[in-house]
Amino acid sequence: MSEKRRLPTPHAGVDVTDAVCPMTFVKAKVALDVLEPGQILSIRLSDGEPIRNVPRSLKDDGHRVLGLTDNGDGTYDLLVEKGQD
Amino acid sequence: MTTDYKALKAGGFMRQVQKDRFSLRIKVVGGNLTTGQLRTIAEVADRHGVGHVHLTSRQGLEIPFIELKDIETVKESLAAGSVDTGICGPRVRTVTACQGSEVCPHGCVDTLALAKAISDRYFGRELPHKFKFGITGCQNNCLKAEENDLGIKGGYVIEWQEQPCVYCGICAKVCREGAIFASDDEIRLDPSKCNHCGRCVKSCPSDAWKGQSGYILSFGGLFGNRIYTGKHIIGIQTDLETVFRAADAALDFFKLHGNPGERFLAAIERTGWEELKNAVQAAVLAPSPAPSQAGAAA
Repeated sequence: MSEKRRLPTPHAGVDVTDAVCPMTFVKAKVALDVLEPGQILSIRLSDGEPIRNVPRSLKDDGHRVLGLTDNGDGTYDLLVEKGQD
Repeated sequence: MTTDYKALKAGGFMRQVQKDRFSLRIKVVGGNLTTGQLRTIAEVADRHGVGHVHLTSRQGLEIPFIELKDIETVKESLAAGSVDTGICGPRVRTVTACQGSEVCPHGCVDTLALAKAISDRYFGRELPHKFKFGITGCQNNCLKAEENDLGIKGGYVIEWQEQPCVYCGICAKVCREGAIFASDDEIRLDPSKCNHCGRCVKSCPSDAWKGQSGYILSFGGLFGNRIYTGKHIIGIQTDLETVFRAADAALDFFKLHGNPGERFLAAIERTGWEELKNAVQAAVLAPSPAPSQAGAAA
């Protein structure tokens, strides 16, 4: 069993577990908007459709996904580094 | 003079319960019509029909209540607006398709281009009974590939690359087949479980999963008097020419073994699935044709 990879500490966090597609992605985008490029956002996501689409959409928008933590309660924390504007 | 209903039916004019009235089938490929074609169809439906059209269950369109005496005029008006009439009877029917990878984010193959190619190659070909092609872009199967005599479903042949992977594990979470195992330092694929849905490729935020477009063929499907799910007798094919060779083999098999008025499935069951499988596999494995002069010089 390997030691868990160390993930950086986020600069801000947003919970999108109360939203449905496409608002999950929109809420994440709004939260990223106020950050500087290179800063890190933690996004709490629900299982299912959000986990399928949000990380990929953020990547397509030029941000970098750093990792995903399973909270064990049907939610995940996604760490994303904001890309250049 | 007696009316040749069989010839009219072959030309897409479907006899109605009302005397000397016909519902005219329009040729549609992959469910797409241009707005110009729609205007022409609307004009004809207003002038020669009763002001409405009918959308069929297989992406076709019919103009009902055309009078027998107007048939030639109707054909000319439609042809002038680049609208072809459809067909009925014992031959290759409308090739249906979902919007595919050029429009739909889930799509793994360009279904419309394939529908056009299949239609150009086979539409109207005479066979013992009707023969339906249906093309769907992914495992969501919006176009219900397996209910067709020959169904084609898009998929990905996947491959994982270590370098860009951030080991987030999203691929393992989105895989519905349990084919991917992910930990903090390992990603493992069980190819025997992969159904080529491509969800890992589509959701990967680091492009570590690569997908090569492929085609999953199903044979003998029915969704009418009898309902039968078409069988996957060969694996996913990544080469389009191979797909055509497999389809050629299926149609040749039907032509050779089918009795008049008998659907493809009935011909397969009477002749044996093994026979069909052997014929299709032989076609798939057939060596590529000799390279052309230009190809050889390259």
